[in-house]
Amino acid sequence: MSDCQSTIRFCVNGQNCTVQASPMKRLLDVLREDLHLTGTKEGCGEGECGSCSVRMNGELVNSCLVPVLQAEGADIQTVEGLGAIGALHPLQQAFLDCGGAQCGICTPGMLMAATQLLAINPHPSLGEIREGLAGNLCRCTGFIRIFDSVIAAAASTQNQSSDQAAHAR
Amino acid sequence: MSTSAKTRIVGAPVPRKEGVDKLLGRARYVDDIEREGMCFGATVRSTIPRGIIRSIGYGCGIDWSEFTIVTAADIPGKNHIHIIFADQPCLADGVVNHCDEAIVLLAHPDKHKLREAVSAVEIEYEPLPPVFTIEESERQDVVVWGSDNLIKSFLLEKGDVDSAWAHAAHIVEGVYRTGAQEHLYIENNGMIAEWSDETGVTVWGSLQCPYYVHKSLLAVFDLPEDKVRVIQTETGGAFGGKEDYPSTLAAHAALLAMKSRHPVKMVYDRMEDLAATTKRHPSRTRHRTALDRDGRLLAMDIDLATDGGAYATLSSTVLSRATLHAPGPYVCPNVRVRSHAWATNTVPYGAFRGFGAPQAIFAVERHMDEIAAAIGMDPTELRRRNFLHDGDTTATEQVMREPVILDQLLDRALTESDYHAKRERFAQENPRSAVKRGMGIAAFYHGSGFTGSGERYLNSLAGVDVTPEGKVRVLVASTEFGQGTNTILTQIAAEAIGIDYDDVIMAPPDTGIVPNSGPTVASRTSMVVGRLIERASHQLVAMLRENAGLGEHFTSEEFFSACERYRAAQGEVRSLCRYEAPPNIFWDDQKYRGEAYPAFAWSVQVAQVAVDTVTYSAEVEDFWAVQEVGRVLNPVLASGQIEGGIAQGIGYALYEKVVWQNGRMANNQMTNYIMPTAEDVPPIHVFFEEIPFQYGAFGAKGIGELPHDGPAPAILNAIRDATGIGFHAIPLLPEDLFAELAARVMVAETAAL
Amino acid sequence: MRGNPDAHEMIAPGSLDAVLNLLATEPGKWTPIAGGTELMVAHAAGRLEPSKLVSLWGIPQLRFIATGAESIAIGAGATFRDLRAHEGIADQLPLVTKAASWIGSIANQSRATVGGNLVNGSPAADSSPAFLVYDAEIELVSVRGSRRIPYSAFHTGYKRNAMAEDELLFAVHLPLRFARHRQYLRKVGTRRAMAIAKVALAATAIVEDGVVSDLRLAAASLAAFPTRLYQTEAALLGRRIDAGTIESAREALLAEAKPIDDIRSTAEYRKRVACNLLEEFLRELLSERAAT
Repeated sequence: MSDCQSTIRFCVNGQNCTVQASPMKRLLDVLREDLHLTGTKEGCGEGECGSCSVRMNGELVNSCLVPVLQAEGADIQTVEGLGAIGALHPLQQAFLDCGGAQCGICTPGMLMAATQLLAINPHPSLGEIREGLAGNLCRCTGFIRIFDSVIAAAASTQNQSSDQAAHAR
Repeated sequence: MSTSAKTRIVGAPVPRKEGVDKLLGRARYVDDIEREGMCFGATVRSTIPRGIIRSIGYGCGIDWSEFTIVTAADIPGKNHIHIIFADQPCLADGVVNHCDEAIVLLAHPDKHKLREAVSAVEIEYEPLPPVFTIEESERQDVVVWGSDNLIKSFLLEKGDVDSAWAHAAHIVEGVYRTGAQEHLYIENNGMIAEWSDETGVTVWGSLQCPYYVHKSLLAVFDLPEDKVRVIQTETGGAFGGKEDYPSTLAAHAALLAMKSRHPVKMVYDRMEDLAATTKRHPSRTRHRTALDRDGRLLAMDIDLATDGGAYATLSSTVLSRATLHAPGPYVCPNVRVRSHAWATNTVPYGAFRGFGAPQAIFAVERHMDEIAAAIGMDPTELRRRNFLHDGDTTATEQVMREPVILDQLLDRALTESDYHAKRERFAQENPRSAVKRGMGIAAFYHGSGFTGSGERYLNSLAGVDVTPEGKVRVLVASTEFGQGTNTILTQIAAEAIGIDYDDVIMAPPDTGIVPNSGPTVASRTSMVVGRLIERASHQLVAMLRENAGLGEHFTSEEFFSACERYRAAQGEVRSLCRYEAPPNIFWDDQKYRGEAYPAFAWSVQVAQVAVDTVTYSAEVEDFWAVQEVGRVLNPVLASGQIEGGIAQGIGYALYEKVVWQNGRMANNQMTNYIMPTAEDVPPIHVFFEEIPFQYGAFGAKGIGELPHDGPAPAILNAIRDATGIGFHAIPLLPEDLFAELAARVMVAETAAL
Repeated sequence: MRGNPDAHEMIAPGSLDAVLNLLATEPGKWTPIAGGTELMVAHAAGRLEPSKLVSLWGIPQLRFIATGAESIAIGAGATFRDLRAHEGIADQLPLVTKAASWIGSIANQSRATVGGNLVNGSPAADSSPAFLVYDAEIELVSVRGSRRIPYSAFHTGYKRNAMAEDELLFAVHLPLRFARHRQYLRKVGTRRAMAIAKVALAATAIVEDGVVSDLRLAAASLAAFPTRLYQTEAALLGRRIDAGTIESAREALLAEAKPIDDIRSTAEYRKRVACNLLEEFLRELLSERAAT
């Protein structure tokens, strides 16, 4: 038994954080308990359901499988870092419009997986969307409306960037 | 009736009421909530399926003084969770009847101290012989429940089945089996409880039916109604799995809270939730069917048995719905359904989307294809010849007074799926391909609302009030767990009153605030509770016209001004309505005859499957669902219900198997209980035909359970089409396909060598 | 019920030398943890035994993919996302790319490392069959130096391997001599994604004038650890592919495969599907020949 707490520093949604925690404490629990960012959910605790998905240094990870010591110095993005009331992220808006969220428990993780997908591949095919979201289990929607949401979000960002391009001219 | 009136908000794809909170991660689920001084609870569970508890010991190495320990002896009221029968203890007292039955509860301020403590509780048992299957239970060699293991039986009879066989041109028999299915809501069961000597018990939790939990706590704590308060937190999926189990968990958390004098949180992890909570009833259904020369049904003799698990929970009502759905959507002059729910020593089976109907419909719709094959008729034609129509009577002699459009649904399903052309093409291609393709259909109804006299007994109360801040609040105990309650009910209120969608909010699902609008189950929320909200809304407007000078036509502003005038003069602005049964509804519980349901939702589904003869795996490649659910209140939410139900039904058919070892779920991890992922679901094409039902809210009938009823038979019928083999049991995993397919040489390329 | 994080000590020395020194000083006392996709799952289930963990995550000397003229070296700390993204691997060793794409989900692939997958030694390990049919070599390091062993000799039993207590898996070396080979890899799980292999089969082969002149076969979930299928290879090497050869190869594989019944599948199913996969590969060889 060790009670050696480590001091761990990392950046969450653009804010620097310092936590004192057991190094083996799951990043998921540090986010939820120490930082009170409860948007990230636990569904299985074993990396199967993706409800706890967050982005860490630009990669999608299951925060239930990350010992917080390994997050030292990391740049982390959670659902709380995506959008705000009145300023939804295009993915959040698309999920709202297309019915991509039902019970909502998989939604934060699903949004982070979709964010990761679009960051790497702004205009994914349906097959690529299916693959990109395969680690995020949803029991309500049958996924169909989640696919629609990601397609709509990709289209809206395309429109936005072409709008911006038009303005730039 | 407003069923045919033009609507502004009902029927529109307005966004989900609580959608923004869910998308921003702000929605508060039970595990997101902390209370001052909160402790954490854990459960010590039975490791054997059946036996006598000889002793409970507390091993060394643990400072037990730090822990709150609760056993059956600490229960102030009755030690039972009374759903329908009072057979299930809240905590095992002296005997255990299934693995993972709760025996001892522990609480500690540090949740990480609990695991070690749970394993240090030493329970000595004297094992008794267990019963694990329907067959073992019905033999009654070992009696594990009551005097005969029989939880419930029904007999439904129409005409004279026994004399029909003599005139039959064809008699076809079959036996069909379905396995247990886990709900696999992504949020596990969880509850927080607080105790105070003044106010009694308060619980917050993930649940479907606040007043079920309320009733259970009254009994366990022997408290008056005003000393128990149940608050639903945002609920991350339920599917029936949070209908009865939360009563047990709430009682556990509250017992620990009472004894520890601290708020106590109990949130199961996935392994515990899978091992210890309810699942869908396994079933075995025998069909014996007589037909005339033209393929018309003469007699259906159906024997249906379910495995109820260790305690009765909801098994009797599940069996009832199974019984009433067993003959399918067909006209038959002579029908007999004998049904039995048998006790075994597994975790009790409970409510699950469909509630017995998926089991019964799997059997009858698989059987229809076996009949078609036996008499050499196209399966769609066989169904068409026997479909119910307006004016026909069902097996309970309920007259179909509303339009029944099964032919239309079937036509559309066949056209949209290109069913006949594809079947022909696959029949040509299959002999030359290692992948065999096929098409299958299922046709079915799902009764909306409670069975028989159920809604009368429930006597639900619901309504609306107006807050001083200028919002109409919907007052219901009907809960949101993804299916859209909040959105649909606020749409109905806004439409009926004539104000904007944003002017209406939901009252907190808190038994201290909202009336008992009944449980959130049985596809009853849109039709039954929605209708109460529609009526209460009209009543509110009439009240304001009469007493507060509200005009014939009004804006939102004028409406809320009238509300304030009313408030100033008369006090609270509130309108409640109680359930009124549609006229001419008669149900005889003894004879099992009459109007089984106030309305039926109808569907025809088509599955296209591919069976890979290299890996023996079957995949659904494409799926079509055509349904008539009355008026569609919100097309986005409605399609989402259909798609989600179909995905769950695909899981039921091809992926989801509970592996039992000595009565315990052995694969109680998400990595081993396989549900379909984003890569496994096919495209799902959803079509609605709308026939408004005049006694449902704006014409709505039930929708939530319907889509889960059809995929399993449609898929196995498609596999029959692809391979020529009729499989009679689900889940149908590759290992099961292997057992049949490997016996036949199906690798076509042999000829190519 | 999940484990107690306070029950485990964990350090992150940050460099390879520091980790090797630690393993040398207290051999057998420290368990390396890379991306945590295995050990953290055990922790979640309360089954994680080791009390002392040393983190390999983020050690730059371990996370690399180096392309040489004759081989590609994959550092033990490379993740499966690193592998999937690597064009040289996709080009020269496509089975590795394919295997990497099947590991768990994107989130698992961004944390799971090659070293972790091999050291964990699951019989169902997704990357193993591909590495076996590419004649991979494993480089082990310790303060005593480094050594290379064929990957086919790495696993010695169920979740046992040839590493000494002070050693760390440093890299997997893959020779680039399979450009001419016909290659095959298929994994069979119950679902398309997030699946644990009920059986997987990999193959590299050269067929000259209809005769199998060079062949490697390897499988997952057919034995206590991922294995080459030497007896089945022997039944095919030097033989002309025809119905008789396919039948005798199936028989050899049936005899060689030693799978188990477990909660995921049955031994009979695994054996039979392995034979079908083998036959599928052999028929591909036949049809390619017919086409050329």
